Amino acid sequence: MLAPVHHILPLTTIQRERVLPTNGKVNARLNQKVSPADVVAEASWAREHVLLDVAGVLNLSPDAADKLIRCKVGDRIAAGAVIATKPGILPKIIKAPREGRVAAAGGGEVLMEVGESRMELRAGIPGSVVQVIPDRGVVIQTAGALVQGVWGNGRVDTGILTNLAEQPDSVLTAGRLDVSLRGSVIIAGQCKESDTLQAAAELPVRGLILASLFPSLLPVAREMRYPIVLTDGFGSFPMNSAAYRLLTTNVKREATLNAEMFDRYNGARPEIIIPLPVSSELPPPQDAATFAAGLTVRLRRPPAAGMIGTIAALHPGLSTLPSGLRAPAADIKLENGEQVLVPLINLEVVG
Amino acid sequence: MPASLVQGDSVLAVNIGAATTRAVLFDVVEGEYRLLASASTPSTAEAPFLDVSEGVRHALHELQTVTGRTLLTADRQLITPSQPDGSGVDAFVSTLSAGPALKTAVVGLLEEVSLESALRLAEMTYTRVVDTAGLNNHRRADQQIDTILRLQPDVVIISGGMDGGASRSVHKMLEPVGLASYLLPPEKRPTVLFTGNQKLDDEVKGLLGNVTSSLHFSPNVRPSLETEDLEPASRELAQIYLGVRQRQLKGLDVIASWSNGVVLPTAYAEGRMVRFLSQIYAGSKGLLSVDIGASAAVIAAGFGKQSRLGVYPQFGLGENLPALLQYTTLEDILRWCSLDISSGVLRDYIYQKALYPASIPATKEDQAIAQAVTRQALYLAVQTAKRNFPRSVRVPRPGLLPSFEPILAGGGALGDAPTAGQSLLLLLDAIQPTGLTTLILDKNDLLPLLGAAAARNSIMPVQVLESGAFQSLGTVVSVVASASYGSLVARARLTYEDGHEAQAEIKGGSLELFPLADGQSAKLTLQPARGADVGFGQGRSGAVRVSGGAMGVVIDGRGRPLILPDDPVRRRELVKKWLWTVGG
Repeated sequence: MLAPVHHILPLTTIQRERVLPTNGKVNARLNQKVSPADVVAEASWAREHVLLDVAGVLNLSPDAADKLIRCKVGDRIAAGAVIATKPGILPKIIKAPREGRVAAAGGGEVLMEVGESRMELRAGIPGSVVQVIPDRGVVIQTAGALVQGVWGNGRVDTGILTNLAEQPDSVLTAGRLDVSLRGSVIIAGQCKESDTLQAAAELPVRGLILASLFPSLLPVAREMRYPIVLTDGFGSFPMNSAAYRLLTTNVKREATLNAEMFDRYNGARPEIIIPLPVSSELPPPQDAATFAAGLTVRLRRPPAAGMIGTIAALHPGLSTLPSGLRAPAADIKLENGEQVLVPLINLEVVG
Repeated sequence: MPASLVQGDSVLAVNIGAATTRAVLFDVVEGEYRLLASASTPSTAEAPFLDVSEGVRHALHELQTVTGRTLLTADRQLITPSQPDGSGVDAFVSTLSAGPALKTAVVGLLEEVSLESALRLAEMTYTRVVDTAGLNNHRRADQQIDTILRLQPDVVIISGGMDGGASRSVHKMLEPVGLASYLLPPEKRPTVLFTGNQKLDDEVKGLLGNVTSSLHFSPNVRPSLETEDLEPASRELAQIYLGVRQRQLKGLDVIASWSNGVVLPTAYAEGRMVRFLSQIYAGSKGLLSVDIGASAAVIAAGFGKQSRLGVYPQFGLGENLPALLQYTTLEDILRWCSLDISSGVLRDYIYQKALYPASIPATKEDQAIAQAVTRQALYLAVQTAKRNFPRSVRVPRPGLLPSFEPILAGGGALGDAPTAGQSLLLLLDAIQPTGLTTLILDKNDLLPLLGAAAARNSIMPVQVLESGAFQSLGTVVSVVASASYGSLVARARLTYEDGHEAQAEIKGGSLELFPLADGQSAKLTLQPARGADVGFGQGRSGAVRVSGGAMGVVIDGRGRPLILPDDPVRRRELVKKWLWTVGG
């Protein structure tokens, strides 16, 4: 059976595509070194539109109105500029209500773009630009440690990794956050109170790596301006031992949190990247594997949700689980020595 | 090129769900179509696989192992037609429900006429309505344009204008759609379905033809004020669904090429099958099908020539699961749970399950929570679907479901329950049927696959249905009564074919089971207490021949609607007792 792979890797090659949602300008060049906060591409678009019904206001047919319209597509128009005039003893004039650009004109109407929304696309990870996608973005490559998460709040930042989780199941409280942590990316266990998230914002920190978060705190977590990555899920999970070990052995190194929202249809995932020097280029990690004895796995659901173990044996056919369900399953030897029967669908390979 | 489906052809059918891909092989055995084997594997539409054909190929590989029949070439292409050496199949059909619900904007004229019909149409496939606009909508055209640009719908459904009626108002509705589409980059433009005044088709083509991703037309869903005809438009919507999915899901083009270009939305195929069955088995009652899976809850009902299909992604048990809490409370879900689970644990379960939609409960506690969630989601889906049932259909009491015969149930959460008793109880709690009915479990999710095949082979679905490929849970009598707990609601007597009898007094709040094996029949005599209805009308007694099933004959005296005690300890005891009654 095919197995998804959850990346927790001490050293690997990481390639990430960073593209705008719409066409724009790509600032980065091929082979350029970028840091996570660098704007690699940007786009702007109209914040809103104004539709001027010239024919209706002038009481003319669309064709007749078109003949009176003085602007064309692409023209920049100042607020109050004349759009169309109907001559007569008392001429009727239609003026632009706001400054903008003509997006469409015809059929007796003028559609104006007004205001501007801008988007700056940041590199998200440190590395080199290995491909430029014209008008859309870049592909960036780096090498280092990689820890994938299961949820992110959509922010990106970089800072020095600091550990506040003495144990994988430590609970981060607001009281632990003092001014010495300003600008840090903090490794923490669980978060159970919104005050903790707020206190981190007030410092501010450059990021929070949490094992788990109460779902009730999601609205607050989404509002935070700093990145939050969950390594294991919602509720009261301790951090999985593989991620905990890897992160805590890299304390005091610079880490980038790309707390991208998990998008199951394009594969984007929140992740923590710790850039490390390499002497030669490593192959990129595999995203899928086949379940086999000896593989290291992470358990996605109870029993032992979030724990790391090794496949001791794959059961042939279907096995009856403690829940009564029958499914392909494996015996998993957990790190504490305990062995549990787990359906394969609840496992992901760590690698 | 696959051969068309004709009598005698072997048929391979594949359903690509959000969590599971199932492959089923049908062939002719002793002159009749039979289900030969089925195999399922996790779906691969999502990361990290991002290719639906990978899951299909794995399912076919499993099927090859089970049957010993070679289905794929060395380079993993489907062998079709079947070869003299026994490899391959003659025909391939496929259904699909994987992928996010289509973001849909609905535009109509009058809120209670064309807009309502268009919304009902949108409910017939996997959509999430992100915006509605009608004549009563007070947004300016430019505000509507900005809304479309912000939401970037996959599909826009436009209805309005009776045939030969309004044209100016319809034109006014088209303008924001056209201008917004014009402003969007070509790859983000929506597919538009126009289901309004047919006389305007050319005008719509002129206005929208060049600025949409693709433009579709179907006969008017509201040709007159009194008439609603959603069927032709739903057929067109099924095609649109496939078109959008082909852009979104890698590998679907391979599956479409194997199935002659036709991949049906699973719910549409299920609806088609229910329509087909309700016509060929037309009785005095309607036929109901319920299916709940990761992508949606699907409720299809047939009432002779009338049918209804409701697809509810908001009640799906996969990535959308947290959205369920917009429609219900944690407490309402927990009322179904036999274990003492806190609302916090339930909330964690819901969010964690959404991260891993395909994961399954491995522990007893997880299973109890999963079944409580399924009950509530299915309950809400049935209650939502009920609003669209024809008004002419008789119900025993206002607010209750009409009596159906039979009720078919599919989807992983129902078909994979550990015991038949658990499936039965889950269905009784969630659907709350009334009167006499047969409950049938579609453990292999055959219904949509037969629906996909039915258009080209009408014999196969009937023969497979009658072959025992579906599991009968038994005959259920749901007593409609408002009796208090423990008071008599009916007397039942079952006379077996060998002449011996079993009797029971049915008390309020209780379930009674008479054993009657699948394939056996018996005479059931029912005498309701005053004011109760056992399916023959209020207070009326009667006798009827009933068929057995995995759970025999079940008399549900718990009342309709089923009201659970407010006291959590007493409620859990009662739920445990019912669970124990059906075998745990």
